[in-house]
Amino acid sequence: MTDKVLMRGTHVIAETAIRAGCRFYAGYPITPQNELAEYMSGAMLKTDEGTFIQAESEIAAVNMVIGASMAGARAMTSSSSPGISLKQEGISFLAAQELPAVIVNAMRGGPGLGNIAPTQGDYFQATRGGGHGDYRTIVLAPAKGQELADLTIKAFDYADHYRSPVIILIDGMMGQMMEPVLLPEPLQLSDLPFKDWILDGARRRPSRIIRSLILDPALEEEHNWKLYRKYENISRELQIAETYQTDDARLVVVAYGTAARIAKGAIKRVREIGLKVGLLRPLTLWPFPVKAMEEASRFVKEFLVYEMSTGQMVEDIRLALKHRSEVHFHGRPGGIVSTPDEIAKIITSLYYRRGLEEEPG
Amino acid sequence: MGYVFAVAAMKDGKNVTYLPSYGAEMRGGTANCTVAVSDDEIFSPVASTPDYAVIMNKPSLAKYENMMKSGGMLFINSSIIPQGLFRSDLAAVRIPANDIAREVGSDRVVNMIMLGAFTEKTRLTSLESIISSLQENVKAKSASVMKLNKKALYRGAEYVSRGNE
Amino acid sequence: MKQIFQRPKYLKKTPFHYCPGCGHSIIHRLIAEVLEELDIGDIAVGVPPAGCAVLAYDYLDVDMGEAAHGRSPAVATGIKRTLPDRIVFSYQGDGDIAAIGTAETIHSANRGENITVIFVNNGCYGMTGGQMAPTTILEQETTTTPGGRSAAHHGHPIDLSEMIAITHGSVYIERTSVHSVKHILGTKKALKKAFNCQMEGRGFSMVEILSPCPTNWKLSPIDSFRRIEKEITKAYPLKVIKDLTIGEK
Repeated sequence: MTDKVLMRGTHVIAETAIRAGCRFYAGYPITPQNELAEYMSGAMLKTDEGTFIQAESEIAAVNMVIGASMAGARAMTSSSSPGISLKQEGISFLAAQELPAVIVNAMRGGPGLGNIAPTQGDYFQATRGGGHGDYRTIVLAPAKGQELADLTIKAFDYADHYRSPVIILIDGMMGQMMEPVLLPEPLQLSDLPFKDWILDGARRRPSRIIRSLILDPALEEEHNWKLYRKYENISRELQIAETYQTDDARLVVVAYGTAARIAKGAIKRVREIGLKVGLLRPLTLWPFPVKAMEEASRFVKEFLVYEMSTGQMVEDIRLALKHRSEVHFHGRPGGIVSTPDEIAKIITSLYYRRGLEEEPG
Repeated sequence: MGYVFAVAAMKDGKNVTYLPSYGAEMRGGTANCTVAVSDDEIFSPVASTPDYAVIMNKPSLAKYENMMKSGGMLFINSSIIPQGLFRSDLAAVRIPANDIAREVGSDRVVNMIMLGAFTEKTRLTSLESIISSLQENVKAKSASVMKLNKKALYRGAEYVSRGNE
Repeated sequence: MKQIFQRPKYLKKTPFHYCPGCGHSIIHRLIAEVLEELDIGDIAVGVPPAGCAVLAYDYLDVDMGEAAHGRSPAVATGIKRTLPDRIVFSYQGDGDIAAIGTAETIHSANRGENITVIFVNNGCYGMTGGQMAPTTILEQETTTTPGGRSAAHHGHPIDLSEMIAITHGSVYIERTSVHSVKHILGTKKALKKAFNCQMEGRGFSMVEILSPCPTNWKLSPIDSFRRIEKEITKAYPLKVIKDLTIGEK
């Protein structure tokens, strides 16, 4: 127990990233994720060859990450919603050029300048590409302090393995909240996977090009299908979801990140009054855990989706369920964080309205 | 104060979450933090109805009194909050923290006096754990600061243990 | 038989696709020669721009990583900071460096990034069809300045090199041209100095090269060269704008 440290979410991600071998960070100030960059600015100095740059813009930051990734470094940037919009150009290039990188988005209220309160309004932006072109981005959605550490390690591994940008999607609350965390042992840079594609000078080998300009439509099509096959593999290999008390559930709440924690607290309350309600929590938003949804829908006919938005993930759930079950939605956009009591009331009212208290015939 | 308490509870082997308010509310107003402590997994870091609240100024009392769980307990800095509670289902522990702080010799230890009183009354953690948590967090500062904090903690604890509140 | 002319080591065996009289082919060749003469081609990483010269990697036989429009200095920063012992250069057009990428350029210079920027100034957006560039000179006709660029309507041409020169991190800035043999040789010398500057770890170096775009200027190659001599060098005088390379590093 004493090995654990009480750390805020942004610091957990930053420290774990360095322990995962991240040696390049560039970012631009924006609330609510400034503590990540601030932590990096000190921690990178303590590494042998680490670089921290406070960039002139979000766009410059992500492009510096592109350069560092081309040169072989495990590289990261972080921002919050409006800043992530600016980074989309770079994320599209990362995807096209098949460069690994980790991007943290601590979502805040939007659209536009919005506010700095926690929301989940960037689900579409994260999972549907956000930038231009036919690509996907791996999106991880941690909900606990320890998961921030565990998924940050995984984010770098996935990024390298699939040569793809990976987004860690949190919100202002996950970033600010402190929980006890057991940090992973630092990796040695020499233990990281060897990359045979980086740009480090064509000494004793043919020169290499990393590019995304493919003027010949036939070749561009080939490149798109190549990326597509990669995304198919990722979809097959990488779906992660957690279930909680779904075994006997007549209603399953689907939520991720902060919303999932609130929902879990609500489920604990309604279980105490005998309601058979469970939770399905996607940890990967792309690829969406379709398999877990399908599995759950074999026995559960009622789903309640709770998001801190007007409803984005709910579309993926409807696609996954293919109308086999009823999908209800409860959303709080704009930065309002529901209390477990509020969600418990929503669940309870839905439960009785749908007649779920009756034993199935 | 909340952070020191959260670290102490963590050292006791409990699950904890510490949720600060951030951004525009960083100073003044009703800046607050929420600490959840449990032997079990903590789901929501947001409290629907807190069991305890430490209230440092009037606006906070107005804001948080309504939120409290029935039967909950409020720790009130009575030096600057003279009024009583509207609700009759809550217990109030009134500590003249600013006055005690002046006796201790520094206005800056008001929060430590409140924390000492809170710890003594609730026994959610021990003064020893609080001190060990403090030691970790003020290690960069001088020994005299630590000494002052300790003194304030004990004075706060003493105040409630003597049944003054 | 004595060989007096050959393809530089770091040019690929690919015919240039550039328009007749275009300056890019000349500048590519100069870069290849300089990389060879300084023996740094094997540790060089180039960052080509969006624009005509995006295909620089089809000709330069060194590691090349393509950047989005205007972002080359940021990408080059990431490469150089990760691999400080490599030679990193960006190759950028006027729109790239002085319009959409102004922020990246100024801040890379101001941070004193130890990279070399090759800035090809042909006064128009060549690849997209010859629109006004930030460096289009007054009265110059382009597809978006019918009747010629007017200061009142379109603003003045930008003196990017002079702007970069006042940043604390820039070390060597020179404006050259490729409109005559003499100037081509001068450009080569400047490029060599810029790369040398990087090899010595001095900081940000940049060579602005006035370059003809006969196609979009709607002139013959010869007339394009004359135009540079007569008009462009008046607006953009050829000179060493900043040189802090003297003395011990």
